[in-house]
Amino acid sequence: MKTLPSADVVIIGGGWTGLLMAKELSARSPVSIVVLERGRSRIPEYSSGMDELDYFVRMHMMQDPSREAVTIRHHDKERSLPIRQYGAFLPGSGVGGTGEHWGAVFPRLMPDCFALQSKTVERYGAGKLPEDHTMQDWPVTYDEVEPYYARSEREVGVCGKAGNLNGKKIDGGNIFEGWRSSEYPMPPTITPYFSELFRGGAKSLGYHPYNNATAVTSEEYTNPDGISRPACAFCGFCERTPCMINAKAQPTNVLLPIVRQRKTVTLRTNATVKRILHDSTPNGAKARGVTYIDESGEEIFQPADLVVLASYTLGNNHLLLLSGLGTPYDPATGKGTLGKNLTHQVSFGVQAFLEKPLNKFMGAGGTGVRISDFDADVLDHTHLPFIRGGMIGAMSVGTQPLSTFGTTPRSMKLPRWGAAWKKTSIEYFDRTGVIAFSGEQVPHKGNRFDLDPIYKNPLGDPLLRMTMNWQDNERKMAEFMNAKMVEIGHAMGAKEVNPFPGYGDYDVVRYQSTHVQGGTMMAKSPDLGVVNSYQQHWEIHNLFVIGASTFPNSGSSNPTPTILALTYRTADAIVDRYLKKPALLA
Amino acid sequence: MRRRQFLILSAASIGGVLVYSLDRKASRIFAQEKSTQTLKIPLRFFTEEEAMIVAAAAARIFPSDDSGPGAKEAGVVIFIDRQLAGPWGRDRYRYAQGPFDENAAREFGYQGKATPRETYREGLKGLKGFDSLSPAEQDKNLQQIEDTHLFALLRQNTIEGMFSDPVHGGNVDMVGWQMVGFPGPRMSNYDEVDKHFGEAFRPKPVSLEQVLHRKVRPSEDEDAGTA
Ligand SMILES: Cc1cc2nc3c(=O)[nH]c(=O)nc-3n(C[C@H](O)[C@H](O)[C@H](O)COP(=O)(O)OP(=O)(O)OC[C@H]3O[C@@H](n4cnc5c(N)ncnc54)[C@H](O)[C@@H]3O)c2cc1C
Ligand code: SF4
Repeated sequence: MKTLPSADVVIIGGGWTGLLMAKELSARSPVSIVVLERGRSRIPEYSSGMDELDYFVRMHMMQDPSREAVTIRHHDKERSLPIRQYGAFLPGSGVGGTGEHWGAVFPRLMPDCFALQSKTVERYGAGKLPEDHTMQDWPVTYDEVEPYYARSEREVGVCGKAGNLNGKKIDGGNIFEGWRSSEYPMPPTITPYFSELFRGGAKSLGYHPYNNATAVTSEEYTNPDGISRPACAFCGFCERTPCMINAKAQPTNVLLPIVRQRKTVTLRTNATVKRILHDSTPNGAKARGVTYIDESGEEIFQPADLVVLASYTLGNNHLLLLSGLGTPYDPATGKGTLGKNLTHQVSFGVQAFLEKPLNKFMGAGGTGVRISDFDADVLDHTHLPFIRGGMIGAMSVGTQPLSTFGTTPRSMKLPRWGAAWKKTSIEYFDRTGVIAFSGEQVPHKGNRFDLDPIYKNPLGDPLLRMTMNWQDNERKMAEFMNAKMVEIGHAMGAKEVNPFPGYGDYDVVRYQSTHVQGGTMMAKSPDLGVVNSYQQHWEIHNLFVIGASTFPNSGSSNPTPTILALTYRTADAIVDRYLKKPALLA
Repeated sequence: MRRRQFLILSAASIGGVLVYSLDRKASRIFAQEKSTQTLKIPLRFFTEEEAMIVAAAAARIFPSDDSGPGAKEAGVVIFIDRQLAGPWGRDRYRYAQGPFDENAAREFGYQGKATPRETYREGLKGLKGFDSLSPAEQDKNLQQIEDTHLFALLRQNTIEGMFSDPVHGGNVDMVGWQMVGFPGPRMSNYDEVDKHFGEAFRPKPVSLEQVLHRKVRPSEDEDAGTA
């Protein structure tokens, strides 16, 4: 195996977290940094991105399952099967990672998400906690993360309207959100018709609609690094594709231009990391560097003093498991932490059939109106059969025909093909809007990651396995929210609303969100989690694991704002403290 | 190498609109000239017999009628032929290692071994003569296979062929987009997005190549090897 000259830092993954870490470390310290990204640079292809078939359906930007798949089973007694084509979540590969084709919705977590267990017990008593839950508080609070949220919002350029400025509630913003130290860097985007209808409907029912925060530009914006981006054009080809004019924040347009200028950073593409190597020393285990497979298939050793694992939730869990770092979680004994608390945000929608055309092709990622009246613990759950909640909203992200044609009102009981179906589908094509829910999945004892005993990738390594199913809490939450959503649909003037049929088993086909979290969770002590609040590995102090894999639980919010905020916090801790004295950060 | 196969279409069989030939030059044939004018389209994957069956099935899934043009006019069969010849048809980007499980619950997605090419080739054997049946008989046949993987692909691919960018060989003349009022890729809607509330705003559709003023290579051309 070829051994390269040693680097001070090696970062595994060139997506949101990896490039942000590279940018921050190189801005504030002289360390040499190697970023290893398994995919290629895709920027030259971006102008072809307005093709629904190749980008939305054949998923040109996404991780290629023939190279890296994941297996799934619903519970321990079921045999696992590979997810042969990604569907429920769509991780990316290539420079910029998933952040190139993401949707840019940019809400913070609700403050009590960081203290899920204790806040629930405080309000309702321990008897209210769902059976077989594995909730535990984060080792960091919302107040501690707030400044980093604000920094992330300025860096990526987020538009929105504050609903809680330093504790002062502001109408028109999300009055249920956590306190913010500053207003959003940009005002909200224009609200397209469908989302405006939702605002009206929600208001008429006494709710508190607000324009969703999003990392697309509502006006020309220059961030603190001096990167300028033009105002979004509402082209509507946004989520699942990269933006052609760089109005949507992507790692390649807000981070890469800076990283590229840094002489201390080397970005190596087509470099698939296989293992993190480590030695045992008298002071505990120490990472030595990583091995990776280059474009020609050769295995290469990249030594490094510090290893940062930034390969998305799936990659982070997979590489730690493959490298034998940490103790895999065993639900039977409750021992071990690696793989524990896998959560996937609860996402579903109801379809509202409206009288008037919506011109839904006009829209932009993250654009829309939401309510948080049922989010987190806003609602009193004393007499409800579930805890926690989520946001209900009507997004106008721009819709294309392949993904939406063919939806008909359920009461018409039409077949799924043929003349009658066609006629009604045409009639409703631009009159159907989705009212969507995104909510919290409470961590459950059985839901976890480990290695699959049967299926392998082309490198001969076992695939990552998810044991995952919806539990009672999510099912009951969905039932309750569905009723509220149908009601809002009618208040918007819908002739009919197709309700959500309810959760069966976890379904790998229907897209839900790419908000898969947990498995390397942060905790206040080594027996409770894989990393500390600085995302530093409890056992291997020169290994940091960054991204949503460190979340102890899912919020209802899209994870990237929190991911970026925690990456900033980790980068500060590395520069200000770890590099000066490499040891466990307390 | 297989013998070259062509789909021979008469004006009558496609309803008299525009058809793209393989070199992507649009050829227009007219119904009035029924008997004389035909179009010979080279096929990448299907045999002519298979193509006729698929064209007929797609035309029942998405018929041409009072509510608008259908699979025939959109050239859906040409679209499907190209998809099957390309990487998608070959499962180039699917996890295709065994063990397989043909009977897996639908929450796991399709867990069978067959590639889309194999599913079509095998499945179409059971539909021999389908294209010469009456529409009512065709519908009955399709109802019988409604739960099969072949039908799931046929339905999905028919919708794709109706509404994908014309660069993929279907949605000829953007008939699908015109029918539903989808304008295709537009670089900017900035001046329009806060207007037209409650009324249809229907800009004239444009295709990706028209917007970009250059050729675009669709994914199916990456790997359009011989059958
Ligand atoms: C369609 C879609 C919409 C989304 N919308 C939103 C949204 O609206 N709001 C929101 O907050 N989030 C959204 N997300 C999620 C968001 O994209 C992710 O949270 C974010 O990108 C995570 O950043 P990351 O750095 O952890 O992972 P990534 O951005 O995925 O980067 C990880 C990188 O690591 C690389 N990698 C993995 N394994 C290896 C290996 N072994 N060797 C080398 N490199 C490796 C990958 O190729 C990838 O480039 C969306 C995602 C998708 C797919
Ligand atoms: S909608 Fe706006 S941000 Fe999204 S891709 Fe189009 S121009 Fe870019």
